[in-house]
Amino acid sequence: MHTRYTGRTLIREIVLIAIAAVWAIPLIALVNVSLKPANSQTNALTPTWPPTFENYGTAWEQASLGAALMNSTIVAVVSIVLIVAISALASYPLARVTRAWSRWTFYGVLGGLLIPAQLALLPLYATMRDVGLLGSLWAVILINVGTAMPFSIFLYTTFVRDLPLEYEEAALLDGCGPVRSFLNVVFPLVRPATGTVIILNLVGIWNEFFTPLLYLSGSGNATAPVAIYSFVSQYVTVWPLVFAGLVISVIPILVVYFSLQKYVIKGFAGGLKG
Amino acid sequence: MASTLLEDRDVADAAPGAPMPAAPRPRRRSRRAGILAPWWFVAPAIAVYVFIVVVPSLRGAFFSFTDWNGLGADWSWVGLENFADVFTDRAAQAALWNTLVLAVLVTVIQNAIGLALAVGLHSMVKSRYLLRVVFFAPVVLTPLVSGYVWSYLLSPNGTVNELLRGVGLGGLAQDWLGDPDFALYAVVAAVVWQFAGYSMVIFLAGLQAVPEEILEAATIDGAGPWRRFWSVTFPLLNGAVVINVMLSLIGGLKQFDQVVAMTGGGPGTASETISTLIYKNAFLLGEYPFSVALAVVMTILIAGLSAVQYRLTLRKAS
Repeated sequence: MHTRYTGRTLIREIVLIAIAAVWAIPLIALVNVSLKPANSQTNALTPTWPPTFENYGTAWEQASLGAALMNSTIVAVVSIVLIVAISALASYPLARVTRAWSRWTFYGVLGGLLIPAQLALLPLYATMRDVGLLGSLWAVILINVGTAMPFSIFLYTTFVRDLPLEYEEAALLDGCGPVRSFLNVVFPLVRPATGTVIILNLVGIWNEFFTPLLYLSGSGNATAPVAIYSFVSQYVTVWPLVFAGLVISVIPILVVYFSLQKYVIKGFAGGLKG
Repeated sequence: MASTLLEDRDVADAAPGAPMPAAPRPRRRSRRAGILAPWWFVAPAIAVYVFIVVVPSLRGAFFSFTDWNGLGADWSWVGLENFADVFTDRAAQAALWNTLVLAVLVTVIQNAIGLALAVGLHSMVKSRYLLRVVFFAPVVLTPLVSGYVWSYLLSPNGTVNELLRGVGLGGLAQDWLGDPDFALYAVVAAVVWQFAGYSMVIFLAGLQAVPEEILEAATIDGAGPWRRFWSVTFPLLNGAVVINVMLSLIGGLKQFDQVVAMTGGGPGTASETISTLIYKNAFLLGEYPFSVALAVVMTILIAGLSAVQYRLTLRKAS
């Protein structure tokens, strides 16, 4: 039924483009306002000409965005490497071993999907304080890794279950132990799941505000959202300046999105179905 | 050390004494004994999961019955006192109600829009790939950042009011975030704008999995497009509905970032949510026992509503 471009399709196309134009208003305003002189009062949607990049320089310095982007990058990269390594490894026995311990471990981890982080919040904060990790990027990294486990393990395990056993059997016959068989055979085969785990966690971790706010604010180790938060509370009425800061903080994630949009959308769309 | 041992065992399993079985047999055998996936592969994941999620969650649940102040090892048993505080506290009542309203409204509106967009784009529309990218873009934006953008758009002289005045509806212009009657709904709008694209791509994936033959059969049986959608396509989207409702419901119940960016919970308690109240009580006021009890209430709410939702949507499917 969806094979011909008819008059109805044209109407549908026009309506959708109109909705998309409205949908894009906040994004257009975000960029447009950031290019206005700091004291400008003109409409958010009136194109700014000539654009000024002065706000970007000021925001970069005032909000220490260089350091913040660096911290965000470290947190994201280290967290994701650990998440992929640990959850892929764990999924191997959970998918292949049919004993009771394996099944119950899997269900136990899945149960974590229903527990909101708020329940663990205060005891975890006290523990982190006791072990001296307040203000450290490691606190945020550890929490990212721990809270990513249920979903990442779920994704990997369902994926490994669907892999044919023949490859691992061949590796076994060639004398591979479980470690090599996992590294050389299974891990390369679950690449699609790894892609999804990386994308979902990258977006989640980059944008995360609550955990770094608790553990990093005021420490000089702020990630981008936390730096933005304190920057905005300082310059709240100077919108062009604030918006330049906002744009800088989201450029990395938007670059990833627009250059890999097919994979990002696929990751989000397919992520939950394994 | 451990790995050497297991490799030895592995070699022993494949030892010459056991002749390699021929083609059809090994599959069942190997699932049991041949392929060794040692238990300790799970150990690092379980260790970090137990340390970060399990133990602190259990301690949180436990401390909600005590007067633990978050600092020392000192605590004494207070029974249900903290929960009594939560349910009699004005701000907590407001936060519970606001959170429910926000979660339900976001779930309904976000999924309705997401479904409509998905159906619209699941067609021969030429710009469908580009439009998909546009609708999905807010999903990857930092929620805090989108909250700030919306607080600018909704400010008294902001873009929304200017547009309203521009089309002659100036009477509808409001101080959206400063008015207790509108603040919560303004947050709902911002959240829906941000995440409708997420619902859309999940619905799109569902639509693409609907077999064309069934739709053709329905057409031959005389079903119009409307009938085809509600009687054939929509029931087949059940999986996507379950995932979408679950995601938006849980996301709504945990809402923190946009509220902080747009209203800070105000004016008064008009847009306070459970998460913002937990944060304020624990980290600004030092009311630890109250916060922990509120977190337990939130957990029960999330687990309970998820279970109900899962049941309902499954029953509808069968």
